[in-house]
Amino acid sequence: MSGIIKSSIARKVAMALSAFFLLVFLLQHFLINFTSVFSADTFNELSHFMGTDPFIQFLMQPILIIGVVFHFVMGFILEARNNSARNVKYVKYSGGANASWMSRNMIYSGIVILAFLGLHFYDFWFPEIAHKYVHALHEDPGRYYGEMVVKFHNPVRVGLYCLAFVFLALHLMHGFSSAFQSVGFNNKYTPAVKKLGKAYAILIPLGFIFIALFHYFNSL
Amino acid sequence: MNLTLKIWRQKNADAKGAMETYQVENISPDSSFLEMLDILNDQLINEGKEPVAFDHDCREGICGMCSLQINGEPHGPGRGITTCQLHMRKFSDGDTIFIEPFRAKAFPVIKDLVVDRTSFDRIQHAGGYISVNTSGNTQDANGIPVEKHKADKAFDAATCIGCGACVAACKNASAMLFTSAKVSQFALLPQGRIEATERVLNMVKQMDLEGFGNCTNTGACEIECPKGISLENIARMNREYLKASLK
Amino acid sequence: MATLDSRIPEGPLADKWTNHKNNIRLVNPANKRKIDVIIVGTGLAGGSAAATLAELGYNVKAFCYQDSPRRAHSIAAQGGINAAKNYQGDGDSIYRLFYDTIKGGDYRSREANVYRLAEVSGNIIDQCVAQGVPFARDYGGLLDNRSFGGVLVSRTFYAKGQTGQQLLLGAYSAMNRQIAKGKITMYNRHEMLDVVLVDGKARGIIARNLITGEIERHSAHAVVIATGGYGNVFFLSTNAMGSNATAAWKIHKRGAYFANPCYTQIHPTCIPVHGDQQSKLTLMSESLRNDGRIWVPKKIEDAQAVREGKLKPTDIAEEDRDYYLERRYPSFGNLVPRDVASRAAKERCDAGYGVVNNSTNEGVFLDFSSAIERYGKEQAHIKGVHNPSKEKIVELGEEVIASKYGNLFDMYRQITDDNPYKTPMKIYPAVHYTMGGIWVDYNLMTTVPGLYSIGEANFSDHGANRLGASALMQGLADGYFVLPYTIGDYLADDIRTGPIPTDTPEFEQAEKNVTDSIDKLINNNGKHSVDYFHKQLGHIMWNKVGMARNAQGLNEAIHEIAELREQFWKEVRVPGTAGEFNQELEKAGRVADFLELGELFARDALERNESCGGHYREEYQTEEGEARRDDEHYTYVAAWEYTGKPSEAVLHKEDLKFENVELKTRSYK
Repeated sequence: MSGIIKSSIARKVAMALSAFFLLVFLLQHFLINFTSVFSADTFNELSHFMGTDPFIQFLMQPILIIGVVFHFVMGFILEARNNSARNVKYVKYSGGANASWMSRNMIYSGIVILAFLGLHFYDFWFPEIAHKYVHALHEDPGRYYGEMVVKFHNPVRVGLYCLAFVFLALHLMHGFSSAFQSVGFNNKYTPAVKKLGKAYAILIPLGFIFIALFHYFNSL
Repeated sequence: MNLTLKIWRQKNADAKGAMETYQVENISPDSSFLEMLDILNDQLINEGKEPVAFDHDCREGICGMCSLQINGEPHGPGRGITTCQLHMRKFSDGDTIFIEPFRAKAFPVIKDLVVDRTSFDRIQHAGGYISVNTSGNTQDANGIPVEKHKADKAFDAATCIGCGACVAACKNASAMLFTSAKVSQFALLPQGRIEATERVLNMVKQMDLEGFGNCTNTGACEIECPKGISLENIARMNREYLKASLK
Repeated sequence: MATLDSRIPEGPLADKWTNHKNNIRLVNPANKRKIDVIIVGTGLAGGSAAATLAELGYNVKAFCYQDSPRRAHSIAAQGGINAAKNYQGDGDSIYRLFYDTIKGGDYRSREANVYRLAEVSGNIIDQCVAQGVPFARDYGGLLDNRSFGGVLVSRTFYAKGQTGQQLLLGAYSAMNRQIAKGKITMYNRHEMLDVVLVDGKARGIIARNLITGEIERHSAHAVVIATGGYGNVFFLSTNAMGSNATAAWKIHKRGAYFANPCYTQIHPTCIPVHGDQQSKLTLMSESLRNDGRIWVPKKIEDAQAVREGKLKPTDIAEEDRDYYLERRYPSFGNLVPRDVASRAAKERCDAGYGVVNNSTNEGVFLDFSSAIERYGKEQAHIKGVHNPSKEKIVELGEEVIASKYGNLFDMYRQITDDNPYKTPMKIYPAVHYTMGGIWVDYNLMTTVPGLYSIGEANFSDHGANRLGASALMQGLADGYFVLPYTIGDYLADDIRTGPIPTDTPEFEQAEKNVTDSIDKLINNNGKHSVDYFHKQLGHIMWNKVGMARNAQGLNEAIHEIAELREQFWKEVRVPGTAGEFNQELEKAGRVADFLELGELFARDALERNESCGGHYREEYQTEEGEARRDDEHYTYVAAWEYTGKPSEAVLHKEDLKFENVELKTRSYK
C-alpha cells in the first residue's frame, strides 16, 4: 500500500483526481455566478442555498478545501522532486521546441492562482465565514447580490481578477487533458477530450472575466 | 562550413565541468554530426590536446548509444532521428552550437559528454521480461494468435532504443516514456499478461528509486523520441499501475 | 601437420544432433552452481547463451564494451530471421533450409553444423514468441513471413525493418531476468584484452574497465567468445564503430585457430561513400531489391554527365539504361545473391559507368519508378479508378512503396538529402558480415580446451557466403540451443575443480602483458592519430583484398600491412592516460589487432586459388566473368595457427565431406 501513496504515478493520479473535482466545482461556481448577469434574484436564491444548506456547508465545503489544499501541496511536492531530478541544469535548454509554455509552467500559473485565491478568500470567504459563524448575524437571503456587486466597483480588483483568470485559462489549457492522461485515459476519444479541454479552458475563464467586467461597467 | 562549438568538458565524474569553446572549419554539409565531432577530435589530438569523449556506436540510429543535448534539444534539432543521423546540412555556416551531456540525476556524467545510463538497465532488471526458460519445447509460435492491431502496437512500443532522450528532454527528467514502453509491449501481448501486475509495480518502484522525476504530461519526450514512442504508452502504464495497485 | 578433429557425430545427417545430445555428458543441477562461465559479447549469440546458461544454473559473468548489453550490433539487423516452420505451406522443410544454406555458402560449410542449424531454427521462433518478441502478424493473428534472396520459399520471420533489434531485446530481457536473480553478473563498459590459459585450458580473462581504466582479472571454468565479426578491418563497413576483433584475435594468438578469414560478405545495397570525412556506411535492406531495379547509364558519357551533375537520372531514356543484373542473370534478375550483385556493380563502375561523384565513381542506381507505376495501376484497379492520370498512378504507387519501405526511404533521405520516391537511390556494395572466424568443432569449442566461440565470431555455418536472414538464426541457435548443451560435456570434468584463483602466475603474466602493451601505446607519443592508420589499413584492404582479389595485389597487401603496422607502433599517438576513460586508447588497441588480422586475411585469400562465395579471385573466373570454384583442391576449411607473424601462420586443413548434397556450380542465370 505504501507504494500506492508514495509512487510517482499514484501522486499524479491523486493530482488528477483533485483536478477533476476542481473542474466540476469551477463549472458550478461559474454557472451560479453567471446568473448574476441576468437575474439578481436567481443569484441570491442559489447563493443562499449554497451558503446555508448543511450538506454543502459541512460536507462539500470541507471536501473542496481539502481538495484545493491537496492540489496545491502536492503540486509543490512534485515540483520539488522534479527539480531535484535534474541537479545540474542545462546551459542551453530549448523547452519551447518540444512542449507548450503552459505545460512547462503549471507551477507558475498555479502560484498566480493561489495568490488570487488569497484575494478571493479575503474578499468573499472570510467575510462570509465571519458573517455566519463568528458574528452569527441574521441571515438575509437577499444580501448576496449586493455584497458581490460592490466588490467589482474597484478597477484594481477587477484588473487583478481578470489577470488571474488569464492564468487560470493557461493552467486549464494543459491541466484539463493532462488529468485525463494521468488517470490513464488515452484512446480514440482523446482528440475530443483535448478539444473539450481547450474549450473549457477558454470559455470558463472568459466567462468569469465577462462577469467581472459586466459588474464593473454596470457600476459606472 | 565553419562553426563555433560550445562543449561541456568534464574530466571525470567527480570533477567540476565547464563549457569550452572550439572552432571547426571546412565541414561538409553531408557529414553527420558525429563525423563533425570526429574531425574536431582529430584536430585536438594533432594539437596535443585531449579529445572530447562522447558515446556512439552503430551510427545508424538503432543501438541507442549516442546521446548529446544539441542546442538545448536531445539529438539536436531534427525529429525522429538520433544524433548519429543528424547531418550538418541542418546547420548554417557560422553557427554556434551548444553541445551538452544528457542531464539527469539518474544519468551521472562519466566524462565530458558521456553519461551513465545503467539506471535504465536496472529498471529493466526489475521486470522487463517474461519469465520463460529456454527449453526448445515452449508452445508452438502460432499457438497463441495475437490480434494484429495489438501486435503492431506492442511492436511500436518495443522499438524503444533506450537512448534516454525522453529523460533529457523532459523538464522533470522523467523516465516514464522509457518505462511505459516496456510495460506496454508486454501488457499488450497475451504472453506478458501473466506477470503484468508484478511487472508494472516493480518497474515503477525502481524508476522512482533511481531518482527520475514525475511525468507532467508536457509531451516533450514523445516529440524528441527518435523512434516516436507514443504518450499513449504512459497512459497505458498509468492504467496498468492503477489496476495493479487496486488488486 | 596436425589434423583438426571436428567431432562430427556418427550416423545419418538427420539424427546426428539428437544422437549427440543423447550421448554427451551432463552436469547435474547442484554441480552447475559450482561452475563459472565467462561470456564475452552480449549480442544475439552471447546474450542468448548467457541467459540460457544462467537459467540452467551456471554462474555467468557477461562482458560487453557498450554501456548496456542491449546495444550490441545485432540490434542493427534489419530484414529477418529464417526458420523452417513451413507456416506458409509452400513446401519448406528442415532439409530445404539446410540445402539452401549449404548452396548459398557455395559448398564451403560443414553439412552437420548446417543441418543442426536448420533443425533448431523452428525452436528459435517458438522461444522468441514466448519471450514477447513482437513479430509481424497477419489479420488472423498468426505469424507473417516474407521472402529473401537466393531461396524459393517464404520462411523469413520479421518485425518490420527492425528484426535484429527485437530479437536482441528478447535475449536482453532473458538476461535481465537472470541478472535480477544474481545468476548473471553483468560487466558493462568492459573490454576483454586477453584470455588466460592454465594447464592449456581457458580459465579466465583479463579485462579493462573502460570507465576507470583498471585492469581486472576474471576467472571461470570456461570462456565463451561471442564478439561478432571483423568487418571493421576495412575501416568503412556497416558494422558499429566499436565492433572489433580484439577478443577473437587475442585468443587466436593464444592458440585458437582462425578459419577462412578471407570469406567476407560485401553487401550490395549500401549508401555510397560521400567523402573523406565519412566514418561508416549504412545498409539499405536487401528487401529493397524485391521492388527496385538496378541500373547504370548505357553510354559512358551519360554516366560522366550524371556524376558532374549535368544530367538527371530521370532524364535518361529507358533505352539508354543498362539494367545489368537483369541483362546478365535473366532468371534471378535483381534478386541474385549478395556476392553476385556486388561484383556486378563493381564491374560496371570499374568500366567507368559509376554514377556517384566520389574519388572512385562508386555507385549505381536502385530505381523504384517501375514498381511505383506497377503498384499504382494495381491500386487504381482495386480502388475502381478508371483511366487514372499518370499523376494519380504515381501517387497511389508511392503509397504502396511507402507502406513497404517507408522507414528505409526516410533513412535514405535523411542521409543523402535526396528524395528516393522521385529520383533513383544511389547504392554501392559495402563490407557487411564476415563468414570466417574462430575455428570451432561441432561442440563450438575452439582448438583451446574450455574456450568456445559462437555467433559471427566463429566460422561454422555460412561457408563462403551467407544468405540473408541467416545470421540472426545462427546467433540464436548457437546461444539458445547448441552451446548450452555442448558446454556441459566439457564442464562435466570440472565439478570438483572449485573456484579458479586469480592470484596465480598465469593471471599475473597475462595481466602484465596487457599492461605493457597499453603503456606502450600511451607512452608512444607519435605524430598520427589512431584513425589515420585505420583509414590507411582500410584503403589497402578495400583496394587489394576487397571484392575482387589477385595474387599480385594480395602479395602487395601483405607487405603494405606489415609496413603500416610497423609505422603504427612507431608513430601512433594516444592522448590521455591509461587510468581513465580513454576512447582513443580503446581504438588504438583494436586497430593494432586489425593490423595483424588484415595480414592473415590477405594471406588466406592468397592461399585460396579459387573463387567461391564472398572470395573472388580475378584469376579464377569463367569467360563470362563468373566465379570459378575448384572443388578438387579447395573443399576444405583453412584453419590458421598463429606463430608470431600473421602472414607466416601455419595452415591446417579440415576437409569438408559432402555426403548428402551434390556439389554443383551455383548458377543464377
